[in-house]
Parts: sequence; C-alpha cells; structure tokens
Amino acid sequence: MVDVPASVEARRVLDDDDVRRVVARLAHEIDDRVRADARGPLAVDAAALALVGIRTNGAHLALRLADELARVRGSRPDVGLLDITLYRDDVLAGGAMPVLRGTEIDFDVEGRPVVLVDDVLYTGRTVRAALDALLDLGRPSLVRLAVLVDRGLRELPIAADFVGRAVETARGERVRVQLREEGHAEDGVHVAVGVERRRR
Amino acid sequence: MTTKGVLSLPHLMGIEGLTRDDATLLLDTARSFIEVNTRQLKKVPALRGRLVALMFFENSTRTRLSFELAAKRLSADTLSFSSSGSSVSKGETLLDTAANIEAMKPDLVVVRHEASGAPWMLERVMSGAIANAGDGNHEHPTQALLDAMTLLHRSQRQPKDGLAGKTVCIVGDISRSRVARSNMLLLPLLGAKVRVAGPATMLPAGLRDVYDVEVFDDVDEALCSGAPVDAVMMLRIQKERAARAVMGSDDDYAVGYGLTKDRFARVLARNDAALVMHPGPMNRGVEIDAEVADSPHSVILEQTETGVAVRMAVLYLLALGHSRGVEGGAA
Repeated sequence: MVDVPASVEARRVLDDDDVRRVVARLAHEIDDRVRADARGPLAVDAAALALVGIRTNGAHLALRLADELARVRGSRPDVGLLDITLYRDDVLAGGAMPVLRGTEIDFDVEGRPVVLVDDVLYTGRTVRAALDALLDLGRPSLVRLAVLVDRGLRELPIAADFVGRAVETARGERVRVQLREEGHAEDGVHVAVGVERRRR
Repeated sequence: MTTKGVLSLPHLMGIEGLTRDDATLLLDTARSFIEVNTRQLKKVPALRGRLVALMFFENSTRTRLSFELAAKRLSADTLSFSSSGSSVSKGETLLDTAANIEAMKPDLVVVRHEASGAPWMLERVMSGAIANAGDGNHEHPTQALLDAMTLLHRSQRQPKDGLAGKTVCIVGDISRSRVARSNMLLLPLLGAKVRVAGPATMLPAGLRDVYDVEVFDDVDEALCSGAPVDAVMMLRIQKERAARAVMGSDDDYAVGYGLTKDRFARVLARNDAALVMHPGPMNRGVEIDAEVADSPHSVILEQTETGVAVRMAVLYLLALGHSRGVEGGAA
C-alpha cells in the first residue's frame, strides 16, 4: 500500500495518537456493552466474547482491540481473521482485483458474542458479505459491529455499534487508513479528493 | 501471496505456459479452499449463478466427481456430459457436441478427451474459460497441481517457498502418461528435482532435452542412488491402452518396476519420511503393492481430498480472469 502522495489533496482525520486513543476507547465501549448484554435480557456469555476482523485492516484492528481488551478485562478475547472475497457481490463484476488471503478462525463461533471489526464503514456491502461469511461458520449468539471510521453514504440498512470517528465524506472522496502493520511509519486516516478506488 | 490476483492466461490448457507466479497463485488460492473444505458448511457463494460444463468424452470417475464437487462448493451450476450413452456414441463430432453445449452458454468448460489437443479444438467454438481435465497422453494439469499441493502440505511449506531441495521420482509408463508430463513441467517449475523411471519401452527418446528431469530405465537406481527420494509417484499402468504390448505380464512388471514392499523399504532406509503417491485408479499388485498403498507413508487419499480444493482454485481463478477479460494465446 502506498502512502498518500503529497500532490494529492488530503485532509487528515486521525493522526497516530488519535488512532491509539480511539482503539483504546473502542475497547472500553465493547467491554461495557458486552457486560451490559450479559446482565440484560440477552444474557450473553461475556467471557466467550470473540473478535473477528475483516482482512486486511479490520484484522489488524481486531488484534489491537484484543490487546486493549486484555488490559481492560484481564483476559484476551479470541481473534479470528475473516476473508470475505468469496462472498463479495462484485467479485466477478470487475473493479479492484480481489486477493484471496484466506479465513483464519480457529475457534467455534457457535453461541458466542462476536464483534465484527473493520476499518471503514461506507456502503455497508462489505459488512453484508462479512455477515454471510461469518454466519456460514456457525451461529453466534449475537454479532455487533466496530469500525475505526464511519464515512456515511450507506447503500444497505447496516449500522455500526461502535464507531471510532464519524466523518462526513462525498462520493468522489477516498478514505485511506494507514496502519503500521502494513508497513507505514505511523498510523493515520486521510480523506483524499480524487479518483475514488471504491471500497465496499 | 502474489499481489496480482489473476492468472496470466485465459485457460488452463496445461502446465506448459504457466509462470511460477501463476503456479503460486493457484496453490495459494487452493490453500484458502482447503480451509473452506474443513468447515462444517463447505460452500461459498463465489460462483453463484455461473454455469460450469463438465464435458467428459473419456471415462473418468474421480476427476469428474472432483470437478463436479468443486463447482458445487463454489455455488456454480453444473452441466454434466459424458460421451457414453450420448449423441457422441451416435456419431456426433466433437465440434458439433461443443457447439450444442455452447448454446447453453457455460462460463467455464472442463474437458476430458482421449485425443491430445482436444481442449484447443473446443476453444475455437466455445466462449467460456477452459480447464483441461486430461487430454490423451498430453497433459493433466490439475493432477500435477494437486500433487504439488500435497507435497507442499506434507512438507509444511507455503506455495511461495516452492519445493526446492525435494526429489520426486516418477515411475511407470512415462511416454503415455499425461500425469507424468504435467508433473515433469510443474515440479521443476517449483524447484523440485525430478527423476523419471520405467522400462526403456516406456521412456520417450530425448526426454532430457525437453524436460528438466533425470531419466532411468532401472527403477532401483532411480530410487536408491544420489540424493534420497522424498516422494515416489507411481503411475497407473494403462492396461487398456497400448501399454499392454510393451509391459509384459503383470507379474513381470511388478518385479521389474512395481513399488513392492521390499523396494519401498529400501527407499525408506534412505529417507524414513518418504511419501508414496498415485494418481489412481491403482492396479494393486501390478505397479504398487497393497501394503505400500495402504501404509502410513501413502498420501493417495490425501491427493484425492486436495484435488477438490485445487479444482476449486482453478475454476475460481479462471472465472475471475474470464470476467476481467484476461487475454492471450491458449497455453
């Protein structure tokens, strides 16, 4: 992945420090919510919480959230990595070339509360595909959604339960999430004007 | 994983013409499908609504079943055509049959034919992407891919690491074997050393000039000299084909070239992790002893299992390339 070139006009919405703080806050929110769900009528098994990150950036964020949750809760939740390529609705319809990386979920999701994690929530189509992929693996007791950035412009009835930062964007803009795990010097989220390589 | 997620060729006519990147992409993709095949629900929607025509002009059970299952696990629809009991037995030509299947607009065409080169004939009249499921004594690319995948899996290597340092000995009727031909191309492409062995009557002249292989007419020398062998790949003696004229009796063949218990013990003495492979169906007691075929060193059933994932990868990547207009000469 390339860094945002200097020639492209881009506004920064999260810097390195922001990303760290936002991830820590999301971990607390997830923990609070799971505890509430355990006490409430849903009576979920809070100890069985699992995070499932959508590859690639969602997977990195899920691993970071798990580290934070380990600090908050004293125990690290299971983390799975989900490849949704085979569930996309446009895989044979052109667009960016999908690269299959494989799903790595070495635990049973059956009956467990799962938090799905992605970097950017946009049209909602990625989340739709992720839900199909996840539900093919078993029947979680509930699924919630955590995203680093919600950029709006939904095309499906999907909403996030945990949002790191809500950002207003236009169709032609592109939200770029850069994480250290992908070889970037520091974390950052930029909104760039220009040719949109459409995320789903 | 290769960043370029598509094959450089529009069809899988053979291993010939594949680049190392293509082979790595196919095997990496197959690894993802191996994971899918371990799930309780072994199906993904990737090829939903696509039509796969399975055109088997030559008898085949395991390859046809394997491709059919692969297509179904990708949620594709399948059209199954076998020549026995069809219009082919009433005298219809290959091209007429193909034109009729083409009218049903398959997105992918899997073809098995007793004539070498038949997939190229189909390419002229069919618009879908073609996967060669074995043509005459020419190539059987998906068999070689699943053999390579089985070897990688057993040596706990990633496709990008290849098979460098591994020695594979292919034994049998090399001249009539499409499995041998595809493996003689793929295994060296992945960095393995390949030896081929068989009776002189079953070894084509000039093999060494065309393939990166060592050639032996003494199977014991092939198995037990030089670097220890990591895998022995036994080929089926095709008694129904011309092989009968050049192989002598079943017993003569077993003594001279079969993988007997004693012969395999000598291989194990040099490498106790050596594997036994066979593309099937086996002639027990001819090219392979039952005891060897059923031993813990045998990966024959693993080959069949891996075959489904490899064929899912082939169908998926061909469909992907087809939808994106990958062009280029058929190779």
